[in-house]
Amino acid sequence: MTFLNLEPIRILLYVVAICAFVGLNAAYLVLAERKIAGRVQRRPGPNEAGWGGLMQPFADVGKLLAKQILVPAGTDTLLYRMAPLMVMAPPMLCLMAVPYAEHFVARDLNLGLLFVFSFGSINVMALMLGGWASRNKYSIISSARVVSQNVAYEIPMLLVVITLLMITGTMSLQEITVQQAGGFWHWNVFRVWVNPLMPVTFIIFFICMLAETNRAPFDMAEAESELVAGVFTEYGGMGFGVFFMAEYSNIVVGCCLATVLFFGGWQSPIGILSGGAWGLVWFMLKTYALITTVMWVRWTFPRTQFYLLLNLSWKILIPISLFTLLLTGAMLKLPLLWKALF
Amino acid sequence: MTSFPFASYIVAAAFAVAAITMIAGALIAVLSKRIIRGVGGLMICCIGLAGLYYFLQSPFLALMEILIYVGAVCVTIVFGVMLSEPDEPKPTDRVADLFGAIPIRSGRFGLWGAAAAFLVCTLIGIGIARLSLGGPWPVAPARVSDGSVAAIGIALLTTYSLAFELISLVLLLAILGALVIARSGRTKPPSTAHDQLGILAAQVTAPAPPSDTHPLVSTTAGHEPETAPR
Repeated sequence: MTFLNLEPIRILLYVVAICAFVGLNAAYLVLAERKIAGRVQRRPGPNEAGWGGLMQPFADVGKLLAKQILVPAGTDTLLYRMAPLMVMAPPMLCLMAVPYAEHFVARDLNLGLLFVFSFGSINVMALMLGGWASRNKYSIISSARVVSQNVAYEIPMLLVVITLLMITGTMSLQEITVQQAGGFWHWNVFRVWVNPLMPVTFIIFFICMLAETNRAPFDMAEAESELVAGVFTEYGGMGFGVFFMAEYSNIVVGCCLATVLFFGGWQSPIGILSGGAWGLVWFMLKTYALITTVMWVRWTFPRTQFYLLLNLSWKILIPISLFTLLLTGAMLKLPLLWKALF
Repeated sequence: MTSFPFASYIVAAAFAVAAITMIAGALIAVLSKRIIRGVGGLMICCIGLAGLYYFLQSPFLALMEILIYVGAVCVTIVFGVMLSEPDEPKPTDRVADLFGAIPIRSGRFGLWGAAAAFLVCTLIGIGIARLSLGGPWPVAPARVSDGSVAAIGIALLTTYSLAFELISLVLLLAILGALVIARSGRTKPPSTAHDQLGILAAQVTAPAPPSDTHPLVSTTAGHEPETAPR
């Protein structure tokens, strides 16, 4: 066991585990998505392969892997092949910094929050390069949309995170989790005595996460009713599959982050059944509840129009998040000023 | 780490990976003729540079390098390129291909221009090398602060407050400039006084957006683009 506890071996094991998790998780999230879509649209969804459709992901993956990887004529070959790679690597790196349980984290960075955001920001570049390399007018329109959408939604997201950072005072994800110990009323989302707008903050974070991961109702990058398949138009086989895996991994990263920042990470909501493996159970329950919400939102709301999407960010979300930032600063520092003056 | 076999070699290999990534990215950025590939090279270079920052015990700087240079600057450049021109490379002859981006075909300056550029670069390189090798290094490279949010905030608002304020001023000017450029093409200049009056009248008597629509829709009902997808 001492050999396994050595730092490089431990990291290597975590990398392997995260690779396996990302693949399996994406495959089964596709199934969950299709099942939820079926539920919402009053049809059974995939139910032929395996028991109630449980083997469907393996059938899909087998089909995608068996397809020839085709590079269409006229594309920028190098960038076309690089884009799926670049879109897949960042979410895997981000998962390295997430604390899944008290002692279950690949690398407990004291800048974990910044780590996740900095590597998360590569995603947009990769999608855009993929769209550009395809040399297809739909792809290029779509990549222009991806950029303006991501730039617009990065701002309120970072403002919200800065608000949270002012309250927690640390960027270590593990420490943020530890601060929220002792029942669900200590979770950041319910800390209304620090800032009465905390639930609003979470809603802004959630909306921005939907937009950043290009999920409906903000899936302007794909928009299959207007742009064929957007950025992914020219991709087939596993190239397309990798883009989808990356999308689901990004959702997982976003939901993990929301869980850590707002819902107490691996802390038990009621104070009992905490510690050890229960932490992992609570973390996964919260994360997958959020992921289910993401899917539920996708199949409930229709796709917005593009300029409405940008207006939502620039005219509504950014002013509100700026106001929250100011309010939090005031509520944190005004009592000190009061004490100093009187 | 010391107990692990070949630990120092692993660290050296990681350093080599970071350095090679940076140099390779820089070479791609300089030598490629397609501008988008150049930006891709710049991105790779920035990631390698972040690795080097990490080796210099500045994880905050490393992560900010990725967040700002890859996530914002490169994206902005590509966006600008996309909006401005198609990047089909022009057909060039073999010599120009060999020398990458050096424009040997251009008639008047040609090789002399290239030679002059090479000379200037060599002089600058020699100067920097002399400075770094011969000049005294007053402070040994050491960890200045613990890199926590509080330490960085205090440093920004005390030691570096002038730079901080100057940067904010530059950013403010950039925002204002962007606003000026963006607003200038938005409203058509009225050609005659009659038209001007007509536009004014339209603005005064413009009907309020219907109140039964969705709040999101009502904020934009005033200037819906012509090409909006129905």
